[in-house]
Amino acid sequence: MIAYEQEDIIAAISTPSGSGGIGIVRLSGEGSIELADRLFSGKKKLTQKPSHTISYGKIMDGDKVIDEVLVSVMRAPHTYTCEDVVEINCHGGPYVTHKVLETVLKHGARAARAGEFTKRAFLNGRIDLTQAEAVIDLIQSPTEYAREMAVTQLGGKLKETVTALRSDVIDMIASLEAVIDYPEYDVEEETYEDILRKSETLLEKMKQLLAGADEGRILREGIKTVILGKPNVGKSSLLNFLLDEERAIVTDIPGTTRDTLEEMVNLSGIPMKLVDTAGIRETADQVEQIGVARSKAHAKEADLILLLLDASRPLEEEDREIFAFLEGKKAIVLLNKTDLPQVLTMEMVKEALPRNCTVLPVSILDGAGMEPFLAELKRLFFHGEIRPDQTMLQNTRQKEVLERAIAALERVKTSIGEKMPEDFLSMDLQEVSSILGEITGDAASEEIIDRIFTKFCLGK
Amino acid sequence: MYEADTVDVVVVGGGHAGCEAALAAARMGLETVLFAISLDSIAMMPCNPSIGGSSKGHLVREIDALGGEMGKVIDQTYIQTKMLNTAKGPAVYSLRAQADKKKYQEEMKHRLELTEHLRIKQAEITQLLVEKDTITGVVTASGAVYHCKAVVLCMGTYMMGRCLCGDHVTHSGPNNLMAATHLSENLRQLGIRLYRFKTGTPARMLKSSLDLDKMVPQYGDNHIVPFSFTNRAEDIARDQVLCWLTYTNEQTHTVIRNNLDRSPLYCGVIEGTGPRYCPSIEDKVVRFADKKAHQLFVEPEGENTEEMYIQGMSSSLPEDVQIAMYRTIPGLEHCEITRFAYAIEYDCIDATQLKLSLEFKKIHGLFSAGQFNGSSGYEEAAAQGIIGGINAARYVQKKAPLILRRNEAYIGVLIDDLISKGSKEPYRMMTSRAEFRLLLRQDNADLRLTPYGYEMGLIGEERYQAFLQKREAIEKEEARVRKVLVRPSQEAETLFASCGSTPISSGVHLSDLIKRPEFTYDKLAPLDPERPDLPEDVREQVNIQVKYEGYISQQQKHVEQFAKLENKSLPEDMDYANMQGLRLEARQKLDAIRPASIGQASRITGVSPADISVLLVYLEQYHRTHRQNQEQSL
Repeated sequence: MIAYEQEDIIAAISTPSGSGGIGIVRLSGEGSIELADRLFSGKKKLTQKPSHTISYGKIMDGDKVIDEVLVSVMRAPHTYTCEDVVEINCHGGPYVTHKVLETVLKHGARAARAGEFTKRAFLNGRIDLTQAEAVIDLIQSPTEYAREMAVTQLGGKLKETVTALRSDVIDMIASLEAVIDYPEYDVEEETYEDILRKSETLLEKMKQLLAGADEGRILREGIKTVILGKPNVGKSSLLNFLLDEERAIVTDIPGTTRDTLEEMVNLSGIPMKLVDTAGIRETADQVEQIGVARSKAHAKEADLILLLLDASRPLEEEDREIFAFLEGKKAIVLLNKTDLPQVLTMEMVKEALPRNCTVLPVSILDGAGMEPFLAELKRLFFHGEIRPDQTMLQNTRQKEVLERAIAALERVKTSIGEKMPEDFLSMDLQEVSSILGEITGDAASEEIIDRIFTKFCLGK
Repeated sequence: MYEADTVDVVVVGGGHAGCEAALAAARMGLETVLFAISLDSIAMMPCNPSIGGSSKGHLVREIDALGGEMGKVIDQTYIQTKMLNTAKGPAVYSLRAQADKKKYQEEMKHRLELTEHLRIKQAEITQLLVEKDTITGVVTASGAVYHCKAVVLCMGTYMMGRCLCGDHVTHSGPNNLMAATHLSENLRQLGIRLYRFKTGTPARMLKSSLDLDKMVPQYGDNHIVPFSFTNRAEDIARDQVLCWLTYTNEQTHTVIRNNLDRSPLYCGVIEGTGPRYCPSIEDKVVRFADKKAHQLFVEPEGENTEEMYIQGMSSSLPEDVQIAMYRTIPGLEHCEITRFAYAIEYDCIDATQLKLSLEFKKIHGLFSAGQFNGSSGYEEAAAQGIIGGINAARYVQKKAPLILRRNEAYIGVLIDDLISKGSKEPYRMMTSRAEFRLLLRQDNADLRLTPYGYEMGLIGEERYQAFLQKREAIEKEEARVRKVLVRPSQEAETLFASCGSTPISSGVHLSDLIKRPEFTYDKLAPLDPERPDLPEDVREQVNIQVKYEGYISQQQKHVEQFAKLENKSLPEDMDYANMQGLRLEARQKLDAIRPASIGQASRITGVSPADISVLLVYLEQYHRTHRQNQEQSL
């Protein structure tokens, strides 16, 4: 079944992407004002305000303040869509605007489709008949359509993962349905324990996906970066290079905790969270190993490892010990001090390293080789290009969908706990598959039947 | 040719669809004639000797709730009955009965004969008379012309029927009955597209030649549930026969594999598309090569015959291979085959040429129902039959057709699927096709549909009054259990302990206790002294509706959203071909199928959500232009 798009509350960021300053989250549909009230904390409730007025207050997610905002309340029919419309003017920059949209979606609104506000305006008689063509163009135009589809296209990998998850769900449904539609056939029945076990595995995977190192999170929280290297290899210099006020702006991104151990930098548009910076300074001062041990612990959690090697000295046991941490990680190895006479060559380093590492020759002191290093960072995390707004938008939608899927899968577990009959488990699972289908763009019914007959030999 | 008669409705074919269609039209007061190639084939079951089963049982109940006949006749002629799936949730309970085939036929034919305004005649219809895109009559093979206002086509598998058993080909309908060989060409000339489908049936064997001791007996239920809402269990109770279960083995599969080159299915003789859910044994062995054994159910064809039906083993292999393969099976070692298995190919229509009323889009007054629409199964046929009959009558009466929606009936799902999606293989009803199946239970078919049956004139006053009483009793009792407070007591504690339920420390509503997995409405009777004495069907409804309230209301919410799109009707003259905003595939599909509503359009394969958005805009444009035109002309 397609998503029912008629009368639910839709929401979107209505300011163009990429523009700074104020971002507007717009809601439309019956109940928009009531919905906004549930997040809004101000002097007066929005529902009590007259139409076409602006109120000052805060958008809350539970007890947490997300942003200080101005909210316009416009009641049907004298609005753009002829429906109740709420516009939340956010001031905290693109990330906060997305956070507000996320919260609105969490409270029951649906992410608007391409051209949907305009479509509603037309269907509700607000737009002249002569403009119908334009409305259609808007819905089907390549760019808008692409944006609409982005949710399904973003990162082939994500789609692949979700398709696999959904296929597992359909497998479970098919098993349940085969038994239901062919009660007397010796179909291998899935027990409740099987379904519980499989659901838990799926739940685990989905939660990982939700929390995973996706571009959106990285944009918000920065690339969690650990600098490794034996003493006196140039870690402090690298840190100073990265923190240099001239090139990098130390930002204050809301929602992230800042303490002395972490520093946020924005390096030519690449947000980085440098971990254990204090440790690096410590070890530089004390020439001790404590700091290195601590860095190793951080390395496990990191999105990126920057490993420094000294080109003027041969590889030592300490270096090789650190190599073990690079396995399976995104890592850039910087061969530093290339301005000194070289003892350690690129070839020697490449040979000794795991395959996934990029090695770059640099001289941090005189800044040589730092441009290729930045390019490599972009390649590693943003497919060579950074488009923060779009990525965040897609991420917001996916998060919404995944969160709903997780909630639906939790219901499967509840139903098993309540010993509900198979039919209800199947219904719960079908809810999960249809929600995941919103990401992959598939609808179910025929698929389940196809699966039943591929999996089982049934029939008179 | 000669002028034979003028009537209101003509039904072509006397199978399960034809019978229900003719009965419905006649009962609605229209002069109706049913033609069958042989009157002895009326209501024949050419394949399995049973009615009902998963989702098919639902269809039979719905037919009965509308005032149809299938349920009543099977209640009269069953020889074993079972309620399947009782542990899997109320939505998927499925009632199935083994039938005495001959008795079933006789009983149905007799009921047709006794029906006022209905006549049955033995003749092959070879031509339809159409004037100005409107049906005006039919012509029989012998040249008799019957003028009429509406026709319901229910030809089943008789059209250009071809039966295959190895390389032996018989040009016949099922069971060696004469095929209908003229009408296909006539339909093509009228611009109707035909498909070629295939299905099959297993062998029949003499019971005395089987070694039943080697098989597992299958018993019927002691607690009988009638198909018809008009019957009480005690009125139809009778002795039940046994069925038997046995299995194929590696030896069987070897015989089949060694002879695949002689199977018309595998050497390309069969052109028709066969159903995945009725695979022949050849298909099963090839497609599921690692399965060591396949189940076979051995079922009597009736009480007055020794012929047994071998369910699970349809085939089109040659006779000698069939003998060899069946005889490898425990219990069938000495089997005497009375009728060999065969595959049958037949013409049927592409059902997307029909409206949801089952009337052809291009020919007024011409309706089509049953297997000829690309479905399979007696129940699917009968379900379309009753709707085809009702709507042919409504057409003649110049009244709006009866269209059941997907949230109202399996019948609605069945017809909507056939008409919106078309079928590339014979269509079988399955519970997983019904997205609102928790609402479409077999136990509440009367609550869903009997008001329609009454409105159509198929449900008599007496039955309707009884129905209203039942409905009221359910509503009253449901309201009561939501109010009754159960307080902690010695008696409560004992009951809770015996059912393994957590005791209560303060007053709890009876309805909340019913929701606990370990309880039912009936089990809580001891704690409910004010409870009125109610019949079983009322108690069952109260229990289900209270117990599964959460899920039921969730589906009802989905239905509300669904209904919004269903209510947006699309005018018949929409110019889809020129809607530039739609993708080409969507344009072509919409133009061919011409859906009745936005909802139906959204279910057509190849129409995307973005296409639907565009369609909504065109629809609005259409309405505004029409309004403007009207205003100008005033």
